[in-house]
Amino acid sequence: MTYTAWIILTACLVGITCGLIGVFLILRKTAMMADAISHTVLLGIVIAFLITREVSGPAMLIGGIAAGLLTAFLVQSLHALNVQQDAAIGIVFTTLFAIGVILISTSVGNVHLDVQHALMGEITFIPWNTVTLPVLGTIPQATLMLMIVLLIVLIFLTAFYKEWKITTFDPSLAASLGIPVMLMHYVFMSLVSITTVASFDAVGAIMVVAMLITPAASSYLWTDRLIVMLILSPLFGVLAAILGYMIAAWLDTSISGSMAFATGIIFLISFLFAPKHGLLFRKMYRTE
Amino acid sequence: MEPFALEVEDLSASYRKNTVLHDINVKVRTGSLVGIIGPNGAGKSTFLKTILELHPALTGKVRFFGKPLKEVKKRIGYVPQRGSVDWDFPTDALDVVTMGLYGKIGLFKRPGRKDVEKAMEALRKVGMEAYAKRQISQLSGGQQQRVFLARALVQEADMYFMDEPLAGVDAATEKAIMTILEELKQAGKTVLVVHHDLQTVEDYFDHVLFLNKTIIAYGKTADTFTEKNIVKAYGGKIFWTKGEEARVVHSPF
Repeated sequence: MTYTAWIILTACLVGITCGLIGVFLILRKTAMMADAISHTVLLGIVIAFLITREVSGPAMLIGGIAAGLLTAFLVQSLHALNVQQDAAIGIVFTTLFAIGVILISTSVGNVHLDVQHALMGEITFIPWNTVTLPVLGTIPQATLMLMIVLLIVLIFLTAFYKEWKITTFDPSLAASLGIPVMLMHYVFMSLVSITTVASFDAVGAIMVVAMLITPAASSYLWTDRLIVMLILSPLFGVLAAILGYMIAAWLDTSISGSMAFATGIIFLISFLFAPKHGLLFRKMYRTE
Repeated sequence: MEPFALEVEDLSASYRKNTVLHDINVKVRTGSLVGIIGPNGAGKSTFLKTILELHPALTGKVRFFGKPLKEVKKRIGYVPQRGSVDWDFPTDALDVVTMGLYGKIGLFKRPGRKDVEKAMEALRKVGMEAYAKRQISQLSGGQQQRVFLARALVQEADMYFMDEPLAGVDAATEKAIMTILEELKQAGKTVLVVHHDLQTVEDYFDHVLFLNKTIIAYGKTADTFTEKNIVKAYGGKIFWTKGEEARVVHSPF
């Protein structure tokens, strides 16, 4: 495959995975947690690097999950101790992220990891860092990791589809039916973490939030059905990836930045023109 | 059937560091239709949530049909307050009712045709079959409450806990809900309802539980729903009318 094709494929995988996870982030009203985890996984990745001394997929995923769970756990604990939820998120993620930044600039130094890279990603480098596999052939490491994570996300979402639905809509009822609501919460936070880690190389910590939240928020405006949302949101993610790449190529600018910008455009169009929930339709409906 | 559907011993619970419930002791006979009443902030919702282990208890022992909750979960139905969920959730009425069956369907399985039929049947019982495919935010408050009730009915539980099912509903819905609660009672089920309207207590419930942080009084409505207990539970001045006669209870303070 060509250089461009790999980049677009990788970006599309980010769009699909983030789009799927994003739907539940929006519906569970935990969008802020995505922002938090997207920063704290940096700490997980740095620590994984310090232990294994290499930037490898599995170690990064495990480090990311650990950091994500730690974030979720600390936020939950602070909240239980009467700290407001949003304040708890703000305190936990900035502190953990800061530790990550300090570690990077002191003990990791000159390797592949740097703050700029972690925040913005560098999708243009992805095709250079490849692995060779029996069936798939030579494939960029980041792309492979995204494929695996997408598979994991798909398995978890389909296997426990009705459990995700009920714990999202009515956690009290779910708990009274014997569904482990808290466990589901932590599993979900783990899925957010691995999605973030896998998307890290491609789009970085800031842009991954755009990919997680904006396509899902856009899809929410187009439909009243969860299953349709779960189809539309990844589609919007893919659209943003392709559109973003085209904008970047045209203006010769940051690819991840352009993709995040594209999600914003998709949201704006949805917000204005979506049937039923769009601004124009609601205006028309009111004046009739 | 066991004589007591619910036995609570020495239950207490706190909410944000304040003790909201203490020294709760009560035994509810199987087949009772109980109205739980008390002023705002008396801990009525917390009481339901604590016995159902949705809120942590500080002390106490709770038994349902003589057994701990874990062993009888499938025999118990819970209807949370309508306001506790986001009605903009992308789903329809039928789907919400089907959720009542998720505990029974089991892991890795999807609701089958039989489950959907059951949910439809429950919607019919509450007079909502015409709205099965309606997005839930498009339903009125009363209709949403009926959907919640239908969701509890599909569980085919032996005991129901309902948190303010009559709050903010229209008169027709109130009547429909009370007819169903009466039917549940006739079928030998035990129903505990958090209720806010003192005027209807005597018509609706055969037992009444006065709650204000602890149990003020519990017993048959005829013996227990007295001015003395109302004053004790509500503390302040309270005014309500019953038919032609108007009653005013003055604060003892």
